[in-house]
Amino acid sequence: MDHFARLGLPAALDLEPASLDRAYFALQRQWHPDRFVAKPAAERAKASAEAAALNDAYRTLKDPLSRAVYLAELSGVELPGDGKTIDDPELLMEAMEAREELHDAESIQTVDALAAKVRNDMKASLDGLGSLFLAGDKPAIRKALLRLRYLDKFAEEARARRMNIERSTA
Amino acid sequence: MTLMEIHEPGETPLPHAGEGSLAVGIDLGTTNSVVAIARDGKPAALHDETGKALVPSVVAYPAVGGVMVGDAARLLMTREPRNVVASVKRLMGRGAADLHAVAGVLPYEVEPGSGETDMVKLRIGGKARSPVEISAEILKALRQRAEAALEKPVERAVITVPAYFDDAARTATRDAARVAGLEVLRLVNEPTAAALAYGLDKGAEGLYAVYDLGGGTFDFSLLRLEKGVFQVLATGGDTALGGDDFDRAIAERLLAERKKDGLADTVDEGAVKTALALGRQMKEQLSDREQTSGRLELLGVPSFHALGRADFEAMIASYVARTIDIARHVLADAGMKAGEIHGVVLVGGSTRVPLVRAKVAELIGKPPLIDIDPDEVVALGAALQAEALTGGSDTLLLDVTPLSLGLETMGGLVEKIVPRNTPIPVQLAQEFTTYQDGQSAMAIHVVQGEREMVTDCRSLARFELLGIPPMTAGAARIRVTFAVDADGLLTVSAEERTTGVAQRIEVKPSYGLSHEDMADMLYDSLEHAEDDMTRRLLTEARVEAERGLLALDGALAKDGGLLSADERAELDAARLRLQTAANGENRDEITAAAEALETLSKPFAERRMDRGIREALSGLSVADLEGRVGRD
Repeated sequence: MDHFARLGLPAALDLEPASLDRAYFALQRQWHPDRFVAKPAAERAKASAEAAALNDAYRTLKDPLSRAVYLAELSGVELPGDGKTIDDPELLMEAMEAREELHDAESIQTVDALAAKVRNDMKASLDGLGSLFLAGDKPAIRKALLRLRYLDKFAEEARARRMNIERSTA
Repeated sequence: MTLMEIHEPGETPLPHAGEGSLAVGIDLGTTNSVVAIARDGKPAALHDETGKALVPSVVAYPAVGGVMVGDAARLLMTREPRNVVASVKRLMGRGAADLHAVAGVLPYEVEPGSGETDMVKLRIGGKARSPVEISAEILKALRQRAEAALEKPVERAVITVPAYFDDAARTATRDAARVAGLEVLRLVNEPTAAALAYGLDKGAEGLYAVYDLGGGTFDFSLLRLEKGVFQVLATGGDTALGGDDFDRAIAERLLAERKKDGLADTVDEGAVKTALALGRQMKEQLSDREQTSGRLELLGVPSFHALGRADFEAMIASYVARTIDIARHVLADAGMKAGEIHGVVLVGGSTRVPLVRAKVAELIGKPPLIDIDPDEVVALGAALQAEALTGGSDTLLLDVTPLSLGLETMGGLVEKIVPRNTPIPVQLAQEFTTYQDGQSAMAIHVVQGEREMVTDCRSLARFELLGIPPMTAGAARIRVTFAVDADGLLTVSAEERTTGVAQRIEVKPSYGLSHEDMADMLYDSLEHAEDDMTRRLLTEARVEAERGLLALDGALAKDGGLLSADERAELDAARLRLQTAANGENRDEITAAAEALETLSKPFAERRMDRGIREALSGLSVADLEGRVGRD
């Protein structure tokens, strides 16, 4: 059973956080191991497996990027594992330049500006994914997701850089 | 403070009377422990005949025989120091390898367990005793108190543990309960229990934080409370930060003042203990007044000291600032802003310090919640959960893993399988493959921590998956599964999946993280995040480069003849450039050199493929070919 089906939700990119929470809480009320404390071992094991699967589904669908990657995989788009070499030369170039810029940033303001730019970029890119999925354009979905993954990683690097500057100036 | 009254037995109908035994909530603390019971959603701490709820977590094995727990045991501390144990919680689930972390901190003799994976033992009252049996004495005393107050047998309990307690410490806590004749319904994290107390007893709803500052540890957790659902969003902490640091700051000041006045003290262990005791007393007094004074007598020489609150606050400012710093990181982890928090629950005696309250209020922009006694709130929450688990209720508690769990991969990197703050129970798997042709075994190394390199994380367990059938590098599919149950306990298993013959090994880490290690690891991960990321990216690039070089060397050895001398020279030069870059520290250079080599070797790869196909086809029938395809 896929994660959407498990939570009784339509397999779509757009997902209201509140409806995801509602579905997840309702099913956890049914399956959480706390409900099975006094039950026979076989029932306890089944509940634990169900609750674990629900947690996996919830965790995967909660974050918009991980949800998009999951939906792409369901649609047959193949993505390389995390941390593998970027095979898009254009993106590689962009990534190298951006990293250099971040590395050279000396002030929190500069880092924040770079991070804000990436956030906007991610938002726009996520918004644009919907029409790509509608069109079923797998190469374009793949390209966009690889770029989003890089942007996400960059946002994390920016957070680390900011922390470092904060510490060295404190 | 609004404590519920305990009704006389018989006056109130007991909800579980039919079952013959009651389920209680127990806060098994480092310094103090509390037992509580909930009836109809109303929790109450159980007091002794003098009205005290707190039981000091001290166990004595007096020379005259028998066992004493609590205040009586503490009184024996100065008279028979070798027969008394305090703070045994710090040793729960700790093995011989962890001993260095606590040496010098504990006032009693510690000896390694018999086997490598055995927990340490304490030499107390002339006998080696394990932390489990000592903790069991505290639990027995709490159980007796409960049975006396309730006039009913008590056989089941919810016991709280620090959110940062690792696998071994949780298992040890369960074992101690078993020794004390208690069935553990569930181990609940302390901050979660505190939130339960507010949510169920006070009807709190929305986003809440729990700020737990005890004697030696700090925890900060974020929870969402909604219609009976308690969802932990993120948790973080420092297990070597607490009120003891405040006492130490004052004690150091006192000793320095004596020195300035020309008193030549020999600052031995006894002097430090006396100064610390006065420091604690002055700290507590400064919670209610602006100014305090104290008399310190060392070796018969008294001195008098005054301390103002402002002065005291300056002394502890950096400790308090660190807790706020950690709280901010937990907020960032959950993607929340401080302004979104509806309320902060205060837990632990150290939250009585006015500066702590002021800084917490400043962080979230509203005064913290203090209408439940911070010393009792955890036990009250545990009692509520005990009632919910036995009596059936609509409450749903969704907790998370506090630290990331992962595996060692190529180049000493950590591949995180279960990231921190993942809701539990959870079962997550990842596939790995072989690095070399014909590789028949794979070492599985399970680690815990936030850093990117294995050497910076805590090792939990190692095992080997044997009997992988010979395959080319990268063809095997080894699935490693991490399962964390609702009590926070981990199980790891691995199997090779291409052959259909599944090998399965289950590993339960036997003992693990020390409190102090955990604190260091968390704080380090914040401090080294950027370095770690750079290091990780560099190592990844290197591993990729090595992989490419290995493949190219194999191809050259086999099919080098397909290249002209010029082509070979060009390829060798590019190969050397990548090798040199991989030995260097510049990740972009490695990536660029790898790209260049790949482009350059493309025609070679194509020629090899052509030849391979020609060779494969020569002399083979179609049936042979189909057979070959089928086997691949």
